[in-house]
Amino acid sequence: MIVETEGLTKRYGSTTVLSGLDLKVAEGSVLALLGPNGAGKTTTIRILSTLTRPDGGTAQVCGFDVAREAAAVRGMISLTGQYAAVDEEQTGRENLVMIARLRGFARPAARARALELLERFGLTDAADRRVRTYSGGMRRRLDLAMSLVAQPRLLFLDEPTTGLDPVSRTTMWDAIGDLVRDGVTIFLTTQYLEEADRLADRIVVLHNGGVVADGTADALKNSVGGTRLDLTFPCAEDALRAKAVTGGTADGMTLSVPSDGSAVHLHRVLDDVLAARVDVLRVSTHRPTLDDVFTSLTAVAA
Amino acid sequence: MTASLTMIGRSIRLSRRNFDLVIMAIVLPVMMMALFVYVFGGAIGSVQSYVDYVVPGILVLSTGYGATSTAMSVTDDMKKGVVDRFRSMPINGFSLLTGHVVASVARNALATFAVVLVALLMGFRPAASPVGWVLAMGVLLLYVLALSWLAAGFGVVARSVESASLLGFFMLFIPYLSSAFVPVETMPSWLRPVSEHQPITPVIETVRALLNDQPVSSGWLALAWSGGLLVAAFGWSTWLFGRINRR
Ligand SMILES: Nc1ncnc2c1ncn2[C@@H]1O[C@H](COP(=O)(O)OP(=O)(O)O)[C@@H](O)[C@H]1O
Ligand SMILES: [Mg+2]
Repeated sequence: MIVETEGLTKRYGSTTVLSGLDLKVAEGSVLALLGPNGAGKTTTIRILSTLTRPDGGTAQVCGFDVAREAAAVRGMISLTGQYAAVDEEQTGRENLVMIARLRGFARPAARARALELLERFGLTDAADRRVRTYSGGMRRRLDLAMSLVAQPRLLFLDEPTTGLDPVSRTTMWDAIGDLVRDGVTIFLTTQYLEEADRLADRIVVLHNGGVVADGTADALKNSVGGTRLDLTFPCAEDALRAKAVTGGTADGMTLSVPSDGSAVHLHRVLDDVLAARVDVLRVSTHRPTLDDVFTSLTAVAA
Repeated sequence: MTASLTMIGRSIRLSRRNFDLVIMAIVLPVMMMALFVYVFGGAIGSVQSYVDYVVPGILVLSTGYGATSTAMSVTDDMKKGVVDRFRSMPINGFSLLTGHVVASVARNALATFAVVLVALLMGFRPAASPVGWVLAMGVLLLYVLALSWLAAGFGVVARSVESASLLGFFMLFIPYLSSAFVPVETMPSWLRPVSEHQPITPVIETVRALLNDQPVSSGWLALAWSGGLLVAAFGWSTWLFGRINRR
């Protein structure tokens, strides 16, 4: 386990942000910590990246204790925080060379590394412009590039795509995908279920200071109930007549029937409806989205 | 070591690009000096003798401006999250502050140079030998270094850049309660002890004596104040910086 926490707690004044957080992250995997604003995602990342001390509990990152062996942890990780930590009045290239020098690269090696990263993140044209003039997406890309000057074993990404336009978001996702292929473990937070669904091997839902769900996107979706079939009829009366033979719930011209998602079940439902002499206009299968999962989880826990 | 050098390079580059800041640090003291010499100089004595008197005070006043902008740029780094990036890297924590302090000293050196230059144009005729100049600048340097570390500490604790700028209020005010602009003997008796025993009076007196080639009476006191302040401010700032993670 590259990250392992036990009973992490953190309070700010009278606000309890974390109340006993237990997390395990396997090396080489992508974990998404999911939660609404104020759930404690940033706090968790700050504790794991040695920026904030927990009030209680323990956290090990790459085998080192974040409180007692912070220096060793820092040698293994990189952090891309929620707000781009870039020097506005330096150019993109200067920012990258600076980080490389701080990481112990000699001057020529630092310049070469900066050039490489500028190319990889599509910033070559803007390399010698001050970051102040960059768009949000460029800034974010530079921020990520700065985290990759020395390849980390574990990369923390705090809401990497919040506030980005769709194109920049896709670019970020692709960059993250490349890192995963290189074997970097990624610990990211997000408010977007779509993002967690797309990037993460495992999703942990944070609510009220603790973990309320933990699993793959599929497992989480199954946990709120299986697939359902939505049958649409020409009129509401038809929907009710069909309901008499198939069960389910009718809502206007639509009838929703719980299903296991198999072809056999779909066949049987349609046969039953046709036998009752009702015409079906359309059929669609509906898998629960992570949004459904999220709503049901946070509703239960609240 | 590389980390500190890199941070120094960063802070100096950022100072160069925020040139308004540097201009302020130069123009304000120069204007203050002109004001004092031409407006008050006649009332206090002759313009000629007053410019010789007031230059050390102006130099110390301008370090106050310098310190304020240092505190503000440290706070800016703290609030912008840049500090989080540096703190999550395996580098010595105080190299960031070292960068700010060295850039601060460099800005002050520039301001000092400009003030002395303009003073010379205004009739400043210091009697100091080259050795006297070197010693005077050495005393000033130690004081500026101490003040810059103090400013760095303020920058770390300040809640916003605006509150960091409040340091400027004190830095502007304190020199008036010293022998910077008028001799302490001319002040009311209740104020005199304050003015005589605050740290910048011996610093100003020593610089003034050295530049005007007069006997130095408070040299050790000036060094003790500045040295003590330097040690305390350095310790305080680095301790504060190390404690950020408790927030
Ligand atoms: N430094 C701080 N001082 C006081 N309260 C804080 C501080 N940092 C975070 N909080 C509070 O802790 C809670 C969790 O914040 P955060 O970890 O930033 O959540 P998220 O990243 O999930 O939006 C919020 O209620 C926030 O106001
Ligand atoms: Mg956050």
